[in-house]
Amino acid sequence: MNRFPWKGGLHSVVALIAIFLLLPTLVVIPLSFTEGTLLRWPPRGFSLRWYEILLTDQALRDATLKSLEVGFFTAVAATAIGTSTALGLTRGRFRGRQLTSSLVLSPIVVPTVITAIGTYFVFVRLGIVGTTAGLVLAHTVLALPLVIVSVTNSLRSFDRNLELAAASLGAGPLTTFFRVTLPLIAPGVAASALFAFITSWDEIVVALFITDPVVRTLPVVIFNQVRSGVDPTVAAAATLLILVTVIALGVALLARRRTMT
Amino acid sequence: MLALTGRMTVKRLRGWGLLAAPGILFLLVLFGWPLADMAILSLTTPSPSNYAVFAESPVYLDAYVTTFVVALVTTGACLLLGYPYAYLMHTGGRTLALILGFFVLLPFWSSILVRTFAWSVWLQDTGIVNTTLLDAGVIDRPLPLIRNALGTTIGMTHVLLPFMVLSLYAGMRRIDPNLTRAAMSLGASPLTAFRRIFLPLSMAGIYAGSLIVLVISLGFYLTPAVLGDPGKPLIGQLIVEQVTGQLNFGVGGALGVVLLVATLAVVWAGTWLVDLRSVMGYEE
Amino acid sequence: MTTTRSAGHLEVRGIAKRYDKVSAVDDVSFRMAPGEFLTLLGASGSGKTTTLKIIAGFEAPDSGEVWLGEQPITQLPAHRRNIGVVFQNYALFPHLTAAENIAFPLRVRGIGKAERAKRVRHALATVRLEGTGDRYPRQLSGGQQQRVALARALVFEPQVLLMDEPMGALDKRLREALQLEIMRIHRELGITICYVTHDQEEALVMSDRIAIYDDGRIRQVGTAEELYELPESVFVAEFMGESNVFHGTLDGKGKVGRLIAPRRPPITVSIDGPCPIGDGADAVVVVRPERIRVLRRRRGDSEPEPGRNILTGVVQDVIYLGSDRRYLVALPDGSTCQARVGAAHADPGIGRGDHVELTWDRADAILLEAPAAEREATS
Repeated sequence: MNRFPWKGGLHSVVALIAIFLLLPTLVVIPLSFTEGTLLRWPPRGFSLRWYEILLTDQALRDATLKSLEVGFFTAVAATAIGTSTALGLTRGRFRGRQLTSSLVLSPIVVPTVITAIGTYFVFVRLGIVGTTAGLVLAHTVLALPLVIVSVTNSLRSFDRNLELAAASLGAGPLTTFFRVTLPLIAPGVAASALFAFITSWDEIVVALFITDPVVRTLPVVIFNQVRSGVDPTVAAAATLLILVTVIALGVALLARRRTMT
Repeated sequence: MLALTGRMTVKRLRGWGLLAAPGILFLLVLFGWPLADMAILSLTTPSPSNYAVFAESPVYLDAYVTTFVVALVTTGACLLLGYPYAYLMHTGGRTLALILGFFVLLPFWSSILVRTFAWSVWLQDTGIVNTTLLDAGVIDRPLPLIRNALGTTIGMTHVLLPFMVLSLYAGMRRIDPNLTRAAMSLGASPLTAFRRIFLPLSMAGIYAGSLIVLVISLGFYLTPAVLGDPGKPLIGQLIVEQVTGQLNFGVGGALGVVLLVATLAVVWAGTWLVDLRSVMGYEE
Repeated sequence: MTTTRSAGHLEVRGIAKRYDKVSAVDDVSFRMAPGEFLTLLGASGSGKTTTLKIIAGFEAPDSGEVWLGEQPITQLPAHRRNIGVVFQNYALFPHLTAAENIAFPLRVRGIGKAERAKRVRHALATVRLEGTGDRYPRQLSGGQQQRVALARALVFEPQVLLMDEPMGALDKRLREALQLEIMRIHRELGITICYVTHDQEEALVMSDRIAIYDDGRIRQVGTAEELYELPESVFVAEFMGESNVFHGTLDGKGKVGRLIAPRRPPITVSIDGPCPIGDGADAVVVVRPERIRVLRRRRGDSEPEPGRNILTGVVQDVIYLGSDRRYLVALPDGSTCQARVGAAHADPGIGRGDHVELTWDRADAILLEAPAAEREATS
């Protein structure tokens, strides 16, 4: 180690950056257990009252359920469409395939604000502002590129000789897909479903436009509370958001792990 | 009979391509149409005069300038913080890479809203930073950390740092570790080997990470809305204000079109330096 | 497994395949007798693997046909061909155990559970892997994986087995053991095997016949002996074993021809036997190193024994190889000639710098047309 004296310095710098990455977010967790009525550091005492409010507040509860519902259907839709698209773009041979595989990723590049107002304009025309279906459709647009990237990468690392082997052993294209290809890319597909869920669960900009006072997702409700006088219920809700994300991320990483081995 | 199976073989090969159709169709309708609709509205509601707002008030042009400045500063900050982080992730061994990777992925996948809100807890006048400094007697009045460009930049850097780290790390992993070793065996000091060999080879990752961070920060709405100066809005805030506040779809659309064009120009310029698909996380 | 296979012969008729503008396989034809072991031998990129893929049905040829027995199978998709394939990296399904891998072809053919279990057990026994059926591929050694791949390709009793460099990833000793194993299985099952390798020795040990590939074409098909003793081209001569190649102009006078090398001073190589190449044409004479005798040079002008050719030169290097000695001899025109003399006949006194005579039976010199590229270059 002495041969690289600058390495020690690197470690401490990176430790500071890691703190910068982690700590600011985690501060909301102790704040959510405060006894005081103000969202202020340091938290005072310990109480679960804000969680009680969170669970009994009708608006927050409805919003949480709505977020779960939208997230679930977004995950289903994005994974189904995205996996199919990734297969078509990786395996298909047609003119403009390269360009198409770049273009399907453009929702990542186009600023979300722009996607949001465009979607809003179209949804107004279609009369689906403030509907669950509308939210699912809009979130699927945002989640689709992530699924495509994730599944494409699984497909790229997939050894296509296995499919040739299956064919030489007498398995037709469908049998090969369901018995060999799908089981082997399944972890990647599952992980991308979770990523799609998190994308929807966290999404706020598009949701701000296409939700209405009745059909609202959790981030929208929290955002409105943050803007108009903050009380520690927000910290409790934020803690809940973090918790759900950590669980989903953990599951996704575990699924990825299984693909690696 | 044989001819029939022959045609089936051909069809099977073409069949894969058809699987892309639903996704393409879906995006055309639910992504392409909205963008087109926004462009059309900007020209027809009531007329192309929507674009004259730029001549009428300096607010809009100023907002674009502020947005680009904030985006560039954020990109620079992300690079400055992200490079050593990614470098240690790359060179520090398996366990360290796993831990640092988790630290990056956790905020990457946790709510922007929560993180922005958390920063307001840190940075506001009665927040953690100011309270601590006041109690310690370092300062006698709160530092202006929030409701200004500093607050926005801190918040955006925090949100976008994971993108930078992941891009840089992916780029570094593609570098053959033997190259640095070879340089040292040829007499280069570790620092020289890093500067002459590793750094140039990691440029691809630097370009990719910078491009993605820059592009995403151009369209930020949430973070500046919570942490930024209400008197100096970024362009994303102005667009939202026009559409939801003023209900002026035409001007909102026009501002959106200009931002979209600016973003695509940046992306297009970026593709001279880096393969776009590698930015998006496609491997190879 | 001793059920009589309707082992039809495999025939490839004039297949060609291009990728973009590069020709991978160009007009390749051969015919395999039932139960034959044919090896496609060539450098990487010479088209042997592409040939295999076309036979297996993984690639469609641009032109040409593949026949199995009395049936053209060119249009048949891979999964209907009933041809077993062992892949270079085995292509074992990582999510299935060894036994499940072997059961896969039986399962997709709708064979019942009891019958499946019986045949998997039998297949595992055939490759001597009893007791490892419930392990996953990653828990098996390279050699074991190879055996599982072999069992999987055999269990559905295909008429033909294709093997694509199946031992590329194994070390030498394991490779030798598995070669014998494959030969045993070939003998016991009487299956037709088409085997791809770039390893000459492997080809010599295992094959009934060998097809030499070069640049998308088959240069020559024959038994190992035919290829070695009667190569039809310089390429084949140089590919199979070591050889001395003399380039020059043919000076045919009746039956006995002479090849005169162009460099100064010219050296002359005499040839016996029929001389099909025209007088004055560019040609090549190939002499195998082990056909050359090395003698200490006698005083005075050396006269060759009748029917033998003689060259003089200076020993550059002697390499001791135990069973024989290898001499590198500089010829007067500046080229180098290699000779290999068995331990029983070698003169251990000959060393570097000694003047020697190299002689060989004229019948051992192989006269060939000059390679096309060279003819163009010299004309």
